[in-house]
Amino acid sequence: MRVTLFVPCFMNTMFPRAGMSIVTVLERLGHTVDYHEDIFCCGQPAFNAGYWDEARTVAGPVVKKLAAADPEAIVIGSGSCGAMLKVFYRELFANTALAADAVTIGERTWEFSDFLVTKLGITDVGARFPAKVTFHDGCHGLRELRVKQQPRKLLAQVQGLELVEMRDSETCCGFGGTFSAKFPAISTAMGEVKCASAAETEAEYIVSNDSSCLMQIQGLLDRQGKKLKTMHLAEVLVRQ
Amino acid sequence: MAASVFSEQFKKDARRVTSDARQRGLIETALRKYEASRDLQKAAYQDWQGARQAAAERKWDAINHLDQHLESLVTKLEARGTKVHWASTAEQARQIFLDILKEKNARSIIKSKAMTAEEIHLNDTLEKAGYRVVESDLGEYIVQLRQEPPYHIVFPAMHLTRGQISDLFAEKLGSQPTDNPEDLTMIARGVLRDQYVTADVGITGANFAIAETGMISITENEGNARLTAALPRTMITLMGIEKLVPRLSDLALFLPMLATAGAGQALTGYNSMYGGPRQPGECDGPEEYHVVLIDNGRTHLLADGEQRDALHCIRCGACLNVCPIYRNVGGHTYGTTYSGPVGSVITPHLRGLQQWKHLSQASSLCGACTEACPVKIDLHHHLLQNRRNAAARKPLWWERAAFRAFGFLAARPALLRGLIPFGRFAQKFHWLVLGGPLDPARAWTETRDLPPIASHTFTDQWRARKRAEHRAQGAAQ
Repeated sequence: MRVTLFVPCFMNTMFPRAGMSIVTVLERLGHTVDYHEDIFCCGQPAFNAGYWDEARTVAGPVVKKLAAADPEAIVIGSGSCGAMLKVFYRELFANTALAADAVTIGERTWEFSDFLVTKLGITDVGARFPAKVTFHDGCHGLRELRVKQQPRKLLAQVQGLELVEMRDSETCCGFGGTFSAKFPAISTAMGEVKCASAAETEAEYIVSNDSSCLMQIQGLLDRQGKKLKTMHLAEVLVRQ
Repeated sequence: MAASVFSEQFKKDARRVTSDARQRGLIETALRKYEASRDLQKAAYQDWQGARQAAAERKWDAINHLDQHLESLVTKLEARGTKVHWASTAEQARQIFLDILKEKNARSIIKSKAMTAEEIHLNDTLEKAGYRVVESDLGEYIVQLRQEPPYHIVFPAMHLTRGQISDLFAEKLGSQPTDNPEDLTMIARGVLRDQYVTADVGITGANFAIAETGMISITENEGNARLTAALPRTMITLMGIEKLVPRLSDLALFLPMLATAGAGQALTGYNSMYGGPRQPGECDGPEEYHVVLIDNGRTHLLADGEQRDALHCIRCGACLNVCPIYRNVGGHTYGTTYSGPVGSVITPHLRGLQQWKHLSQASSLCGACTEACPVKIDLHHHLLQNRRNAAARKPLWWERAAFRAFGFLAARPALLRGLIPFGRFAQKFHWLVLGGPLDPARAWTETRDLPPIASHTFTDQWRARKRAEHRAQGAAQ
């Protein structure tokens, strides 16, 4: 299949390894991966802050470029940006000239684990990663895109991997985009609760399908000098 | 008051509570217990999701035909001799109460739990007018003694330990200190029993109002609302106009649902219905029954097609209980009658968008509230809409400038790529100011590390790969 990869801005600049891992996993499965370097950000920060005109300034060209590329599938390694394309673009572009294109793009957009499991029907990507891990459900992936079992099915097939569920894996990590900077005390308190739940499992890694949650969690762990490490799902699935 | 006053207070209180491990621990312990019993009760439903859908549809009917249902309710209440009053504002509602109390020559009032009474600051008004008002719900009685608002719409004294309550009773009522919940209850009961008998007027809220039969449904666990309604000669019920359900049979759905979502119970201890004053031949009930119907901003929500479903709310508190914000900042931080997600959604409509928009911003939009809501209010998306409406009507100049700059840059990836090396360079010196007052990223870095910009971004790596592929193809040819 011809797959267009959407690499979120923060993944592009700070977590490129997660992005490259998605490319490798998809290519190993025999798919052709395309990447448009002139697509940088989905526009979610402005959208979530309520500045929808500014969000459209960013998202409009994304819709046009993706519509012109006409890919069979758009794959995103982030539930949050995935929800932006799949759920919120519809609303953002309702009653505009781009409404129809926004709907089409939403229909073709897949969160990475959802793409593998639901669209391709694959759970075993031939990965091997001997480690004890716990999985954090990113809120947008979980509640906007209904991604819950997909990453777990993939992790279950990874050789040597032991998945230990943390208490409240579905509770928000406290990132929330600009929320984390507008209300740092609340965001940090939420993150601390998440880190404590993860630490209880005695896992070596917190795995998630969203780098933004992992940035928040890792940021707290590093500041506290904890050994626990975060890792994007794709970085686990690429290991052999 | 200026917008920033409420917002600054919220931030200040949030900072205080989030660093108060004891208070956060108390909330956590209380809500963990709630979660366990809620899940047990939910599991007893054959189809919880189906029940939610049915409840949402019933409330949709109630709210979208509010005019007809209200008319039916009032006609039937009046037919039984109930005096119905309409209040557009809190001020009008307070005046209605003062007028009734004056006419009845009342001195002493017993009251059962009513969030609408909190909303209009009824106790304060009545006390200032010289009436003695006593809350009969144990939790409400405790917070009344402490002279503070309820901490939670269902569990008003959730933030207090038994020890604190014992100290409070010792101080205010002169009782002996005790750690035993039953003893504490008996102390309050001693005071309250007396008050039921001597009160001239009983004031209640309403959980549901049944349009079909003209009845007010009240749900409680302590029997206090029954006594409040049954013993004084005059009974007054204060309710929001959105409390309606179309039919009596709807209670078969809503009463267990409210109990399950609100308190993790199969059914609340006491469920009573009131249709009017004592009828000829009846042996009990008040001689006079008044119902005060209050709007107080609810019609603003009714006029908003996008957020009208917020009027479906049955005040069960389920969204507060699952909200990670509520659980970390506590109930008083909100500074509103209705706290938690539903409070953040409706307060801007009831009390002004610009003054209360910060509550809609203080959310990670995680959506746990929407998932928990038994009547399927689209809570977290309404927070997003409040943000959009606030920014569209009155954007902050600096915020708009920042997002315009963001829009300009994010729509020009080539320009951004050119800026990345500067960012990487600047980050080399970040440690000099890291987390301090001069750090531009302080909001993040005060408590968290910031990952470095990668030495090779994804785009760099992708380009390198493409170049390598081209070279390989060239070599092959």
